[in-house]
Amino acid sequence: MTAAVELARASLRVGSRDVLHEVSFAIRPGEFIGVLGPNGAGKTTLLRAILGLLAPSAGTLRVFGRTPHRGDASIGYLPQVRTVLPDVRLRGVDFIASSFNGERWGLPSLSGTDRRAIDAMLERVGAQDLSRRPLAEMSGGERQRLLLAQALIGNPRLLLLDEPLIGLDARHQETAIGVVADACRERGVTVLFSAHELNQLIGTLDRVLYLGNGRAALGTVNEVITAPVLSALYGTDIHVVHAEGHIFVMSRGRDVEHVAHQHEHGHGHHH
Amino acid sequence: MAIITDMFRYEFMINAFAAAGIAAVVSGVVGYFLVMRAQTFAGHALSHIGFAGATGAGLVGLAPIWGMTGFTLAAAVVMGLLSERISNRDVAIGVVLALALGFGLLFLHYHTAFATQATSLLFGNVLAVDRGMIATLAVLAVVTLAALAAIMRPLIFASLQPELAEAKGVSLRFVSTAFLAVVALAVAQCVQIVGVLLMFTLMVGPPATAQRLTTGLWSGLALAAAIAVGEAWLGLTLAFYTDWPVSFCIALLSGVGYFVAVTVPTLRTGRAVLEHAHD
Repeated sequence: MTAAVELARASLRVGSRDVLHEVSFAIRPGEFIGVLGPNGAGKTTLLRAILGLLAPSAGTLRVFGRTPHRGDASIGYLPQVRTVLPDVRLRGVDFIASSFNGERWGLPSLSGTDRRAIDAMLERVGAQDLSRRPLAEMSGGERQRLLLAQALIGNPRLLLLDEPLIGLDARHQETAIGVVADACRERGVTVLFSAHELNQLIGTLDRVLYLGNGRAALGTVNEVITAPVLSALYGTDIHVVHAEGHIFVMSRGRDVEHVAHQHEHGHGHHH
Repeated sequence: MAIITDMFRYEFMINAFAAAGIAAVVSGVVGYFLVMRAQTFAGHALSHIGFAGATGAGLVGLAPIWGMTGFTLAAAVVMGLLSERISNRDVAIGVVLALALGFGLLFLHYHTAFATQATSLLFGNVLAVDRGMIATLAVLAVVTLAALAAIMRPLIFASLQPELAEAKGVSLRFVSTAFLAVVALAVAQCVQIVGVLLMFTLMVGPPATAQRLTTGLWSGLALAAAIAVGEAWLGLTLAFYTDWPVSFCIALLSGVGYFVAVTVPTLRTGRAVLEHAHD
């Protein structure tokens, strides 16, 4: 069977730095992969490479057996950096509709079928009221749900979700994970779901892709979230603490995921 | 009724209504995207660059509108190609804008006969529009709207979600350059009515008002064009009966329209909140 995403000794270079260096792994179709790792480990870079926005500087990267190409309609994508124009008063349904065949020339159109698909998906992510509301009046979390619904519409084969949980409260984080998991189980969509926190995804993900130090480890939680594997990826001594069904990744007595999360909020976006 | 028909006994009023109508539709529709993309300042800069173009054209014996169209188009393409560095940087635009006005002044200095037209350029002179200008405006309007229609879908996508649009294969640079070229054409038309300094009255006021009143895409575009035409024509009427400058009247209506659109819904929500508190 052809892998959904396969890297063979692939290096991804940003500027003069190899963010990933000669990495090899294969993601099977229909898998729900949690993509984790410290800031700057290459989560966003990997997703951009899968989208065809960045070619490997060495080795090969294949998506469903083919070299990725920009504009692949079978990939649903939720970018990490999301430009927010503060004063756009367009309503949610028109916002999402703008992404339908948005790369084609000509006038925009919104058919009845499109509108129903949008409304149905907004309802699934618990955001049906956003269809009629102007963007300028939505909170960060509401915009986030709008984008998640958008990424899920149109039956993608592969979903690349870059930090989709940031800005969502606990209840909507659960809804978001649930909706993505449903798409994965019911429609066989392959999911790469990047996040800062492992615990929210533990019950849902099939395997973890942990990036760090130019390297990558793909495997089940028990295979990857271990002191030796993570110590190599972080380049420092890591302890893994299991407590009441939760897993904490600690370095010198501190929770590294928690620290990373605070760091993200303090310093904006990292690639 | 007589009050309306009175105006149309004068050919210059009929011409003014026609020219203002054409330019207002273009300004409202193009301005809708200018407001959506938060690029109004770039639009303003283009109009100032157009001023230099118009005075420069006078120097070499061309009609001002062609100097203006040529200069704004060229500047739009340069700004678009440098987009990462310039088009959204207020400081860079401010410098270009000041430089353009400076050149405008220099051209005026060497072409003193043209100086009387400077006021018309800066503040508009729609009452002096002739049939030839109306035909020119009509052709420019068709070209502008056709170009906008051709790029509208990727333009909206790239404006609202540039990261995703790029991932889906939209060239952000091409779209933004093409859009600035469309803005340049629209500015050249708009300036014929309300002048370089008051182009915001048709290109920003009406679309911003429309976006306050409706959140739909097509309803917003239609309303922006309708408000622009309404304000331009009402402004002409007001000017005819008060003898105030036309551009002032349009500016007044544009400003009042926007402030009413901003405050009225807020008052309504405020009242709803109060009523809710009493429940």
